[in-house]
Amino acid sequence: MDSAVLQLQRQLSDYKSSLYNEGFLDDQFTQLQQLQDESNPDFVVEVVSLFFEDSERLLTELTKTLDQQSVDFRKVDAYVHQLKGSSSSIGAQRVQRVCIYFRNYCDEQNVEGCLKCLQQVKNEYTLVKNKLETLFKFEQQLLAAGGSIPMQ
Amino acid sequence: MGLAKESQFHVLAVDDSLVDRKLIERLLKTSSYQVTTVDSGSKALKFLGLNEDEQINSNQPSVSPNNHQEVEVNLIITDYCMPGMTGYDLLKKIKESSSLRNIPVVIMSSENVPSRISRCLEEGADEFFLKPVRKSDVNKLKPHLMKTKDNNHQKQENKEASETTEVQPQPPQPQPPQLQLQQQQQQSNNKKRKAVEAEGLSPDRTMPRYSGLTAV
Repeated sequence: MDSAVLQLQRQLSDYKSSLYNEGFLDDQFTQLQQLQDESNPDFVVEVVSLFFEDSERLLTELTKTLDQQSVDFRKVDAYVHQLKGSSSSIGAQRVQRVCIYFRNYCDEQNVEGCLKCLQQVKNEYTLVKNKLETLFKFEQQLLAAGGSIPMQ
Repeated sequence: MGLAKESQFHVLAVDDSLVDRKLIERLLKTSSYQVTTVDSGSKALKFLGLNEDEQINSNQPSVSPNNHQEVEVNLIITDYCMPGMTGYDLLKKIKESSSLRNIPVVIMSSENVPSRISRCLEEGADEFFLKPVRKSDVNKLKPHLMKTKDNNHQKQENKEASETTEVQPQPPQPQPPQLQLQQQQQQSNNKKRKAVEAEGLSPDRTMPRYSGLTAV
């Protein structure tokens, strides 16, 4: 039993390290984890879930807005600004980075550039979403096996 | 009249981002602050008992500030970039309000724009935090909170009294609540009346009584 827990712990921490190493997550994610405790054991999952909901809404809006005959770049910029903000708040570094480029294209009123960035940000979002869901799954497995999640 | 628990500071957090509201709420709660979050400047003003286009000043017998009376806010922390009323606009309204201007205001922004920062500080913001806000930022709030609550809770909170200097004369700090009290004298509200009476007795002992009716 113990060795199963140890194995799961190792799996979790290796996976987590890889996410940091590959730039999917940055220190802000660590900050989130430090805000979690026994009184708020689901804090990270809750915030991340909000991020998922919010991002999906924004990506839908961005798609619609960029699909218009005459693109309202102020709107595009506002959406990207929001996405940049929330990704930054949870430590989704790669999503945040694409948003920076995205905003530059907005400033230039470059539809092509914006569409490229939109695709890129969708990709990065999907990646980080999958990664985080996997991370949470590993955590659940560890907890179910009687282990505890090590504080980063 | 039940004395409400006065041990907690009450912070009003304003941010249009759902994720950031969740985050700031948690950050503030880990510092043991009581937190109310709203998603816009206009909702913040409403919560504070101030209408967007009106202002409460000491000359008018006010009708609305029941809200403000019952819900004491010790600090306002607001995002800068919000649709409609920006954090800067909100800051200005608060500083223009005689009843609210002594509440410390902190601005948060994801963008590091020096001119923005200095503009906010000049307008009276007490701190400017870059997002994402961290625990170390929230730790900086304490001195600002102590400034306002000190006079309100000298008697009640010995700890607070010992931590802060008590030499501060009454007029500057407790102005907002006192003005509110004077305005409310016509209103039939026992708690407020008692606070007003108490105020007459001993200048620096009134705050504990008053504060008893403001907390939630």
